[in-house]
Amino acid sequence: MSDEEDDLILDELDDGELVLQMHDDLYDGMADEIAEAVHILLKRKWTPYDVLTKALVEGMRIVGIDFRDGILFVPEVLLAAGAMKKGMHILKPLLIETGAPQLGKMVIGTVKGDIHDIGKNLVAMMMEGAGFEVVDLGINNPVEDYIEALKRENADILGMSALLTTTMPYMKTVIDTMVEQGIRDDYIVLVGGAPLNEEFGKAIGSDAYCRDAAVAVETAKEFMARKHNRAG
Amino acid sequence: MNLLSRLLDERDWLMADGATGTNLFNRGLEAGEAPELWNVDQPSKIKALYRDAVDSGSDIFLTNSFGGTAARLKLHNAQHRVRELNKAAAELGREVADKAGRPVVVAGSVGPTGEIFEPLGPLSHAEAVEMFQEQGAALMEGGADVLWLETISAPEEYKAAAEAFANIGAPWVGTMSFDTAGRTMMGLTSSDMVDMVQGIDNRPIGFGANCGVGASDLLRTIQGFKAANPEVPIVAKGNAGIPKFVHGHIHYDGTPELMGQYAVMVRNSGAKIIGGCCGTMPEHLVAMRKALEETPMGPPPTNAEIEAVLGGFSSASDGTGDAPLPKRVRRRRK
Repeated sequence: MSDEEDDLILDELDDGELVLQMHDDLYDGMADEIAEAVHILLKRKWTPYDVLTKALVEGMRIVGIDFRDGILFVPEVLLAAGAMKKGMHILKPLLIETGAPQLGKMVIGTVKGDIHDIGKNLVAMMMEGAGFEVVDLGINNPVEDYIEALKRENADILGMSALLTTTMPYMKTVIDTMVEQGIRDDYIVLVGGAPLNEEFGKAIGSDAYCRDAAVAVETAKEFMARKHNRAG
Repeated sequence: MNLLSRLLDERDWLMADGATGTNLFNRGLEAGEAPELWNVDQPSKIKALYRDAVDSGSDIFLTNSFGGTAARLKLHNAQHRVRELNKAAAELGREVADKAGRPVVVAGSVGPTGEIFEPLGPLSHAEAVEMFQEQGAALMEGGADVLWLETISAPEEYKAAAEAFANIGAPWVGTMSFDTAGRTMMGLTSSDMVDMVQGIDNRPIGFGANCGVGASDLLRTIQGFKAANPEVPIVAKGNAGIPKFVHGHIHYDGTPELMGQYAVMVRNSGAKIIGGCCGTMPEHLVAMRKALEETPMGPPPTNAEIEAVLGGFSSASDGTGDAPLPKRVRRRRK
């Protein structure tokens, strides 16, 4: 850290400058600075929803782009997500209090037989960072657990992850069961994991294969927008 | 001197084995089951797996112990069986290797813990060293010639394993998986890995890349190692193509012929130990051995030649070389 950095006083920046600085601070994973800036914006009478979307979500969107493009890697993204979380911790009760609109709710977990969860955790963090509500079922989920959680949580999106070529076919079992129960079209189904590809995503009847966490977020936003249009 | 170091001195190249998981699933392992339990429950199937590699011409095979750290076995509630399961994996290997009629290296496979290191994650350096040491000691006790760390993403984890293996005086090889825009998931480039390996006190006797995306990316990684002038021999263990979903089953699209071409190209690129990873079956190994024996050394393939034979790269750059790295300009602090 140079002296110049220490001299930066967030409260002296105007709103526009401060928001841009927050994007940078998220990018650099500076959690304390993010928390301070969130408090400053709230003190300046910003709505919690505006702080979330214009400062935090937009900042994480930039992180997501650079992760997708191979400029940032997992350690930097984890740091950024940690800073985002610190900001969200302040905002969450206020968002509920003010009845702010929600982007959507996702149920996520690795499929039965698969215990590899680093990728799934990243997606969950990035989705939360993008303002989605995420219900994380953890590892090794049988089809019943996914379906029970989707119904219980009134979720919009199902996210399934598999790292092994031997466990990825189970995604089809889950989707086939949803079709049998007549609930497939009630949810957006996104799949991901190292050995998957787009062709596989199509073959098993998912809505989309997501190459990485950043793509998952963009795809989820896109499908939610379509869903709203259809409903409206 | 350990057998692997001796063979490396004597030979121009050595062939390692293929897939463990893919082969075990073909033998009836169920998804979600810990393969390591078979070292005790189905020893004849594990010996058959090892024998397939030996019979297909492998000079080295890896034991069925990839998920044998306490961290991984815990997911199957078998964290108290680390010594038993790893020792058995190596003992079965010793038995097969000693009957091979030629020198074959039993390499005790050690995979990642699956945990993220502090401060970003929960795993401390001391805990990681302890787990690798526990597993490594059991593999050596069971008769492994060397330990073989593979599919690592984080430099911290690689170094923790090096320290653990130094504590028990075990010779070792260590490879990482370069699956994210030509780097490991944690952002390490091929040249970064060379720097790391050369700086380790307990240097491995071989280092390199395994698994990852496709054979093309792996070749580019091997050439990246070579360009950094490593003093340690290079290991290449690539997947047999890309997994495809055919008639309800997963099938890797790399043919034996293609893997033969991959083996020659990767040797020409500087690898001294050559093998396969996921999807690599005995027929692939036979084709690789034949191609390696029948094809004279040649110049390293160009990127265009790699793409023409093995398919395109997953990213334009792999973060090495002279091309300026893309960087986002920050406003003040950085």
